[in-house]
Amino acid sequence: MTEFDWGVIWKYREALWDGMLTSLKLFAIALTGGIFFGTLLAMARLSHWKAVSAPAAGFVNLIRAIPFIMAIFWFYFLTPMIVSKFTGQQGEAVGPFTSAVVAFIMVESAYYSEIVRAGIQSIPRGQPSAAYALGMNYWQSMGHVVLPQAFRNMLPVMLTQAVILFQDTSLVYVVALKDFLGAASKAGQLTGRIVELYLFVAVVFLVICLAASWGVKRLQASLAVTR
Amino acid sequence: MDWKVLLEQAPSGGMTYLGWLWSGLFWTLAVSVCAWVIAFTVGSVVGVLRTAPLRIPRALATAYVELFRNIPLLVQMFLWYFVMPEVVPREWGDWLKQDMPNLLVLPFAAQFSLWEFTAAVLCLGLYTASRVAEQVRSGIQSLPRGQTGAGLAMGFTLPQVYRHVTLPMAYRIIIPPMTSEFLTIFKNSSTALTIGVLELTAQSRQISEYTFKTFEAFTAATLIYIAITMTVILLMRSLEKRVAVPGYIAQGSGH
Repeated sequence: MTEFDWGVIWKYREALWDGMLTSLKLFAIALTGGIFFGTLLAMARLSHWKAVSAPAAGFVNLIRAIPFIMAIFWFYFLTPMIVSKFTGQQGEAVGPFTSAVVAFIMVESAYYSEIVRAGIQSIPRGQPSAAYALGMNYWQSMGHVVLPQAFRNMLPVMLTQAVILFQDTSLVYVVALKDFLGAASKAGQLTGRIVELYLFVAVVFLVICLAASWGVKRLQASLAVTR
Repeated sequence: MDWKVLLEQAPSGGMTYLGWLWSGLFWTLAVSVCAWVIAFTVGSVVGVLRTAPLRIPRALATAYVELFRNIPLLVQMFLWYFVMPEVVPREWGDWLKQDMPNLLVLPFAAQFSLWEFTAAVLCLGLYTASRVAEQVRSGIQSLPRGQTGAGLAMGFTLPQVYRHVTLPMAYRIIIPPMTSEFLTIFKNSSTALTIGVLELTAQSRQISEYTFKTFEAFTAATLIYIAITMTVILLMRSLEKRVAVPGYIAQGSGH
């Protein structure tokens, strides 16, 4: 049993805070991008045209069959290559953060597309039919009739997935990006105080995620009443 | 594309790069299956306790689920591997870190010690147990209340009701979500690479570092992951059919 020295957390507060900001930035971008592209993917999967639905289904199933870390490695490898092919730039075409962002958006859009698909399918078929009967086109009926209701139905599931996504941001550790966990790890290596730092990281995540899950539960309860 | 690179001799282990991938697959499966045994056992107990009419055990079970679900898996991995040996008595910690044998005797020679393997299995097992517990709980709660009541009326004790009435039904109902949980453990086992377990993802990255054939190395690993995923899904579908209670569980209640 070694003596604890919790002062190390205060000493490295700026590095830890910077790490947390990186985590939050990654989380926010991945969440927005994931929901946006996830919705497009879900609409593609539900399309009547095989040429549209098959590739979307293939992409989603592929991403969901491999580990998150494997997907991060893939996009970390592919993104700079594809970008430099298009721009003709060599070497540092995109930085590690951009590659990580692309990886997270891709993976999350696959996960979110499954949620959105279930949400769209929860809307009775009569609704889009009624929208078409009123003279709306596909995009209008989706945007004004189907998606607003679908999103309300799937809000709790989407928020739960957001909590999972926030936890998953710690996986960027594998590409040596300095997120919250990475910053703690670095400080731990410099000071030899990994015990205090990792316990601190665990407690911070626990508090944030518990509070968020509790909020989701309250929201779910209030939605259940209004419906 | 240069797929032949996988058949070249690898710099260590006395095998080809393809051999590295098989060795990685072996460790991925070893970690997943061992962790699954823990997850299934602990998860079942915790899930049952969450439905039991006993206040304190139920509160403890809820606390377990909330604790393990709300800390990222990777952080838990570091807690087991780095923090645990430091907070137990010094001799134990030293034993864990230094005296655990290297896994060199096994057919798939590994360059990591039994402690890395054990930490990964414990971490994944106890983490997934919190998810399994939720599945078991929802399976039990999806049963009509009358089943428990009928069991008690027949003179069964509560443990007997769980053993002979509730659980046999609940386990059948939750086969599809439990399949997903197993596939989650299988995929999550790749986080073990952060503490040095050379599983499939780690091996494919190692091959890419040695040969610069990143595309080939990643594709090979990805195909292996897909093959295992599909095999598990097919096996579980046939299991689901075989144990289905006639007229009770709707057909095709797949994924």
